[in-house]
Amino acid sequence: MAVVTQQMTRSRRPKPVSIGRLSWKLVVYLLLIAGSIVFIFPFIWMLSTALKPDWQVSQWPIQWIPHPFEWSNFTKALTVLPFGGWAVNSIIITFSTEIGTLLSCTVVAYGFARFRAPGKNTLFIVLLATMMLPGTVTLIPTFFLFRELGWINTFLPLIVPSFFGNAFFIFLLRQFFMTMPLELEQAARVDGLGTLGILVRIMVPLALPALATVFVFQFNGAWNDFMGPLIYLNKESLYTLAVGINYFKSENNVEWNYLMAASVVFMLPSLLLFFFGQRYYVESITLTGVKG
Amino acid sequence: MALNFPKTGQIHVRKVWTQSRREVAAFYLLISPWLLGFLVFVLGPMLASLVLSFTQWDILTPPQWIGLGNYVKMMQDPLFWQSLKVSMLYAVMAVPLGLIVSLGMAVLLNQNVRGLRLFRTLFYLPSVVSGVAVMILWLYIFNPDIGLLNSFLGDFGIKGPAWVFSPRWALPSMVIMSLWGAGGGMLIWLAGLKGIPEYLYEAAKIDGASSRQRFRYVTLPMLSPTIFFNLITGMIGALQAFSQAYVMTNGGPLNATLFLNLYLFNNAFVDFNMGYASALAWVLFLIILLMSLLVIRSSSMWVYYEGERK
Repeated sequence: MAVVTQQMTRSRRPKPVSIGRLSWKLVVYLLLIAGSIVFIFPFIWMLSTALKPDWQVSQWPIQWIPHPFEWSNFTKALTVLPFGGWAVNSIIITFSTEIGTLLSCTVVAYGFARFRAPGKNTLFIVLLATMMLPGTVTLIPTFFLFRELGWINTFLPLIVPSFFGNAFFIFLLRQFFMTMPLELEQAARVDGLGTLGILVRIMVPLALPALATVFVFQFNGAWNDFMGPLIYLNKESLYTLAVGINYFKSENNVEWNYLMAASVVFMLPSLLLFFFGQRYYVESITLTGVKG
Repeated sequence: MALNFPKTGQIHVRKVWTQSRREVAAFYLLISPWLLGFLVFVLGPMLASLVLSFTQWDILTPPQWIGLGNYVKMMQDPLFWQSLKVSMLYAVMAVPLGLIVSLGMAVLLNQNVRGLRLFRTLFYLPSVVSGVAVMILWLYIFNPDIGLLNSFLGDFGIKGPAWVFSPRWALPSMVIMSLWGAGGGMLIWLAGLKGIPEYLYEAAKIDGASSRQRFRYVTLPMLSPTIFFNLITGMIGALQAFSQAYVMTNGGPLNATLFLNLYLFNNAFVDFNMGYASALAWVLFLIILLMSLLVIRSSSMWVYYEGERK
């Protein structure tokens, strides 16, 4: 009844559509469309160049639609040119750091979320403070540490630190664990499950959305890492895609179509992760108000 | 019966005590990876680099203690001042502009528009991809002869500058590139905007506030915690800029994009002045610390927290 009367009063007095309101809407849409074009055009330009035959790259004015579509640019970039091998290196490093990050951060975050101990608050503040620390302050001694260990020109300096946790991810997961009801764990403990059992069987399955977010952030971080591989990997065959693309740019008389093809391949995983994972991580960013 | 009573109590006490002790052990066991990593990869290297900053070290010969020598040298080093200027200028241009652009996008998306999800995705997309591929792409866009930007300007009869190849435009070019990825901050603004209760706008309307006044006196104060968060993280990030300069300009032309971190990197891994590079790292660290403290300190003057009592 209430709904009906409300609808009736609304239909009896239609809202006057003012010209001001209408033109405001128009301006909003124009800006939205203009903005979208600005943000999307570089991608289109990249894709279009990646598919161009050599002679069309520097053609003036710009030829937007390649003629013919040179799909072989991609296969050539990945097989004849060294991008394929570099991509394999990137994949090995990125997934190794994922294992390290997910394992270590889950365990540490659970400790911070659920256990009381003297010194815990101080340690938590220290953890938060390290998030603000510029990486270069620790860079030089860490370099010599890894050099002493004989780890230069191996993937180890890029992988091993991930097994010791990342302050930001620990914070993110801890916030998530804090929101889970205690009763679940108490019940599990009564049923005889130990701390590790509770973590693996109860907490991890419930924290999957947060873990997915960490996975995506870590993927992008490791995949795009530039300074690390630049410092620790000095052999061409060991380069990651990030360092390799830059090396290819400076070595050759820039062949933009191959470079763009390699860049498309380089960006693809991040884009795919975004499209498949956005349900998780757009929500969790909006909820927690943190960005990676 | 009566004798049994204190006994159970005793057992109970001991049980609680062992339990809490076990809890402490579990805590330290669980956080041990991070604690170990903190000592080995953060605290240790930090102190080591502080010590190194008082030495001269070319790796080939052992480090020599020179006291404050590196810091004195820094004060007289024109390249240090240039790099400090470049990093500061970049932060001062890129951070506020980035905040404004991303807030603008969020306000547009908050207007009850159709196709919100599509526009949100399109705006956010550039910030999803980052790193070297983006820089290479922009290097190509900025190419004075065959690049997208100058071709576009040419359509309007404007002869574009040489962008990253021009001492004057190189740094602004990098700011433009950073604005392309401003969508990352947009989501946080959107969350902040959604959190502003509708009744505040209603009340302002009743009081006769125009839409501009509503933005100034309702939206902005309610968003100030978000501004605060984005400002701090943005500044810390901008002051550490490195790879865009390494990839796109190598610090040039005429040191116009010699970021502090790039100058540090060149000192450490090109010229092997490890002592001087360590000193530069500590100066960068102190600058970031100081600016963060400044923002945090001043925040009580301009950040409004709803739940807070004055």
